Amino acid sequence: MTAIEHALTDRILVLDGAMGTMLQAYHFEEEDFRGTRFKDHPSSLKGNNDLLSLTQPEAIKEVHRSYFEVGADIVETNTFSSTSIGMADYNMEEWVYELNYASAKLAREVADEFTKKTPEKPRFVAGSIGPTNRTASMSPDVNDPGFRAVTFDDLVKAYSEQARALIEGGSDVLLVETVFDTLNAKAALFAIDELKESHYSDIPVMVSGTITDASGRTLSGQTVEAFAVSVSHIPLLSVGFNCALGADQLLPYLRRLSMTTDALVSAHPNAGLPNAFGAYDQSPKEMADLIAHYLEENLVNIIGGCCGSTPAHIEHIAKLAERYKPRKRSISV
Amino acid sequence: MKNRPLILSGLEPLVITPSSNFVNVGERTNVTGSRRFLRLIESGDFASAIEIARDQVDGGAQILDVNMDEGMIDGVKAMTTFLNLLAAEPDISRIPIMIDSSKWEIIEAGLKVVQGKCVVNSISLKEGEENFIYQAKMIRRYGAAVIVMAFDEKGQADTLDHRISICKRSYKILVNRLNFPPEDIIFDPNIFPVATGMDEHKRNAIDFFKTAQWIREHLPHAHVSGGVSNVSFSFRGNNRVREAMHSAFLYHAIQHGMNMGIVNPTMLEIYDEISPDLLVHVEDVLLDRRSDATERLLDYAEQIVGDQKVKKVEVKAWRNEKLQNRITHSLVKGIDEFIEIDVEEARQSVTKPIEVIESHLMTGMNVVGDLFGSGKMFLPQVVKSARVMKKAVAYLLPFIEAEKDGKQQAAGKILMATVKGDVHDIGKNIVGVVLACNNYEIIDLGVMVPPEKIIEVAIEQQVDIIGLSGLITPSLDEMIYIAQEMKRKQLEIPLLIGGATTSKAHTAVKIAPEIKSTVVHVNDASRAVTVTGSLLNKEFSKTYKEQIRSEYESFREKFLDRQETKEHIGLTDARKRKFQINWENFTPSVPNKLGVHCIENQSLDELIPFIDWSPFFRSWDLHGRYPDILNDKIVGEQATDLFADAQVVLSEILENKLLIAKAVFGIFPANSIDDDDIEVYSVEDKNKVNTTFLTLRQQLKKREGKTNVALADFIAPKTTKKDDYIGAFCVTAGFGSDELAKKYEEENDDYNAIMVKALADRLAEAFAEYLHKEVRTKHWGYASSEKLDNQALIKEEYKGIRPAPGYPACPDHLEKNTIWSLLGVEEKIGVYLTESLAMWPASSVSGYYFANPESHYFGVGKITQDQLKSYSKRKQIPLEEAEKWLRPNLK
Repeated sequence: MTAIEHALTDRILVLDGAMGTMLQAYHFEEEDFRGTRFKDHPSSLKGNNDLLSLTQPEAIKEVHRSYFEVGADIVETNTFSSTSIGMADYNMEEWVYELNYASAKLAREVADEFTKKTPEKPRFVAGSIGPTNRTASMSPDVNDPGFRAVTFDDLVKAYSEQARALIEGGSDVLLVETVFDTLNAKAALFAIDELKESHYSDIPVMVSGTITDASGRTLSGQTVEAFAVSVSHIPLLSVGFNCALGADQLLPYLRRLSMTTDALVSAHPNAGLPNAFGAYDQSPKEMADLIAHYLEENLVNIIGGCCGSTPAHIEHIAKLAERYKPRKRSISV
Repeated sequence: MKNRPLILSGLEPLVITPSSNFVNVGERTNVTGSRRFLRLIESGDFASAIEIARDQVDGGAQILDVNMDEGMIDGVKAMTTFLNLLAAEPDISRIPIMIDSSKWEIIEAGLKVVQGKCVVNSISLKEGEENFIYQAKMIRRYGAAVIVMAFDEKGQADTLDHRISICKRSYKILVNRLNFPPEDIIFDPNIFPVATGMDEHKRNAIDFFKTAQWIREHLPHAHVSGGVSNVSFSFRGNNRVREAMHSAFLYHAIQHGMNMGIVNPTMLEIYDEISPDLLVHVEDVLLDRRSDATERLLDYAEQIVGDQKVKKVEVKAWRNEKLQNRITHSLVKGIDEFIEIDVEEARQSVTKPIEVIESHLMTGMNVVGDLFGSGKMFLPQVVKSARVMKKAVAYLLPFIEAEKDGKQQAAGKILMATVKGDVHDIGKNIVGVVLACNNYEIIDLGVMVPPEKIIEVAIEQQVDIIGLSGLITPSLDEMIYIAQEMKRKQLEIPLLIGGATTSKAHTAVKIAPEIKSTVVHVNDASRAVTVTGSLLNKEFSKTYKEQIRSEYESFREKFLDRQETKEHIGLTDARKRKFQINWENFTPSVPNKLGVHCIENQSLDELIPFIDWSPFFRSWDLHGRYPDILNDKIVGEQATDLFADAQVVLSEILENKLLIAKAVFGIFPANSIDDDDIEVYSVEDKNKVNTTFLTLRQQLKKREGKTNVALADFIAPKTTKKDDYIGAFCVTAGFGSDELAKKYEEENDDYNAIMVKALADRLAEAFAEYLHKEVRTKHWGYASSEKLDNQALIKEEYKGIRPAPGYPACPDHLEKNTIWSLLGVEEKIGVYLTESLAMWPASSVSGYYFANPESHYFGVGKITQDQLKSYSKRKQIPLEEAEKWLRPNLK
């Protein structure tokens, strides 16, 4: 049993909050994104947050630190878009391995600092694997429903490269998250399973889907239960939901998921729904009050925040989570 | 122990627990099971194919089986495209997919495009543990459940013990070694036919039930499935028995633990509604309750088929003979009913499926070949044998491909094609089928094949022989051109020439000198076999080729010598000797209906009495005049059989209106001018010349008193000031024939495919005959009192003629263009002309109408250079072009 699996046996682990929201405060400009290393890179790089792991590593470490300080057990690497597919937008495919490896290493260093300080509360690094910006089971062209902008094989290749770097950079767990197309996630799981077999590793895997709206389905149309079944073939540390919805909108789906899966359950909702300007104004206390329902109902094992959540939100959530018992695995039919 | 559920997913989950009802798998989206689905996929009509999937879901299918295993389609591509399109249909993709293929790459292609948890159908130990383990591991990685067939290195399990041992072994490997979740394993322990008349099949159903039960008791969490329709294989054609048998089988199978399966819901009777009598008979068979159960059910089945027009099923004496004898019997007699059962039995008795072809089937086909060679079998029978052979091979092919030991060693590869511009392929198809029966691999490029393609494929495929076919005269030039091209590309392989217009003379004189390779004129199927055999025989092919060459050389010399002896006269002299009609005393009959008329949808029934059957028998190499041929001492029996088979297809065509007959015809004011041409005037304005038909005149030197005729002689010259008329027509019965023939071909039924085309030809000719009569008696009306029976019509005992461009009286195909523009043929009825001026659809007839009582059929014969020059001038085309079209008639 790995350390994180052990920790999950007797408590709810707290995942960090948003990375992007925190980085906005730095007001990085084009030259900050480039640093000296990429000052001659042909494409614009502003907005490539994942690149900051190479060009502004101290800022990234600072964000990780800010979450550990308020009680987070797990931080996610700054690698949400670090696949060759995601990096193609910036012509940075050739740095994909380095981006992931460096990001994992940064998070690892910070986590180890904190574990050293409080060995009774070990801190963990989750290698973040995003969905990419393409869908394998939907056509981007309404007039050509059979068309696919990306194939399963492309995805496996891209995910394989990312996952290997995340493992080698020192991640404790891989987090396949914000799954809006299950086929993309299956490609990630395929790549990870292949790596685990050929590559020594028994790293645990978390999968977190996204219910896009009140239809209660993923973007690719699956219900909560169908999604859970479709990713059940690889042993998972946890399955859960994140993003798109606030904690209250997510609650009914989390209930259904909790009844369906025999894996642990995770949730990291947004801090409410975005306002007219795209900002999130749910306060830390409001969010924590909503999440209290999850804990009351014993629905989760891992809890955190997604878009709009800050260390203040996580602080409230962490304090709350301490008082509750984790969800027990149960096989229900 | 509580069984864990099997959970699958589309957009929604499907949970199969022990208390779930039987899970029905939709099976129509399967190219091996649904001809309609296959056609749609082949033609790329995926939109309609998706509708079939939707019907399945609407009809209650809980899982959708998708199979693209067909040699003619790119399975990987078809599977990918179809599943991608399904993903865009939420009301279909809500249910899980069963990816069904015997080819791993197709399975994998499917797994890569489906987001839900599928079922793979299927894997087995057939190719050993290593392969099995690899595939199972990959399936797990892709996230699917799996169907495991009871199949191992020794073959498909057909006994209780073998089934159990394979299932047990598969389960152990999957669960113990691969950690495969046992609830994701579904066993298919092989449903085989019962009531086949063979003792070893008696326990097929009962063994399945027992295996199902054993699996449920001994292999925790695993499920049992199967393809139910197999069990009633022996009763094909008797749906009532089949439906009852399926229901009874399911009833018992479910009791024994089968919980999912592929069943066509429309072929299922409700168990409780099966008549008690039938149920007893069916269950006697399924449960092997009495030794005479099969015979009793067969007898009973006969009683209840009466109203269904179904052939009775009986256990014939020959079914009890040895396997090889049964296979030979099926091949010789052309019976396809049992061939798959027998071939399956043969397959299980050999180590490699290919051996069934090499030994069992070839032994049978050798008997066929000997009988055909010795004149004891006739062409239609051989084509029927070929149909059985094809079915057998089609059945074996998936097994052979699975073995990856390549194709059977063919005796040789033969490329066949109807040349560019020509659309006629009945003869070519017959030769192809007969050669295929003799173990040659046939690459049939179809009709209207450009020379470049013929040569390209010949080189690429390294064929041993090229066979060219053509019916119209321009095809002769095409064949010469191909020979020249073969020489240029140094393609030194034998060339076979066949088709109605070809001749030994043309082959020897015009084609053979163009090329180093051996060229042989082959005009019938049986000769094709001996010629091909001799050409490819390692030992004596060299001698044979030399023989042919010297034979053709001496033939050529003799032919050319003889040519010289025929004398021709100049065109001017010939015109002087034209056919004289006394126009002074003749008043042409005024047509009732001038102008152009269409018949959009001619009733086919009306044409039947006008069919001339003799050419139909000729197209099958049976010579003699109908109806006498039916009682002919030698071929009578065969002719009778063929005629009966033709009636079956014909009545299907009539009943379902599978062919569409259309016609366009017109009658116009006309006069001949300058001896050889016919001016056609506008119906409204006699002074306006609409078009001019050019006719060709005989130039053979004849004895005194004999005339040199041209068709223009039958129309009153302009100088006589008499108002005369000419007609033109085009009829077709060919719309639909290609589709219908293709349908038969897809069923490996070349016999009926050829039959369809031969019948369409007959119907077109009949239509021409019918329309001519209508014109004579009504539209033109010059023979309104005519009363002729069919025999009289065939003997052309009527007044007036309907010569066709391309035939002896007017060998010039170019005149078809004139008819086409005069009548607007293509716009009005859709028949068009190819670049060689063949009509498409092929089953079409076009020509002129001449009403003069003295008009008659004749042959133009050879013409000389002066007429060629005159013709090119009148036609206003370059001399070379005129020469190209008239070459077959040039001296």
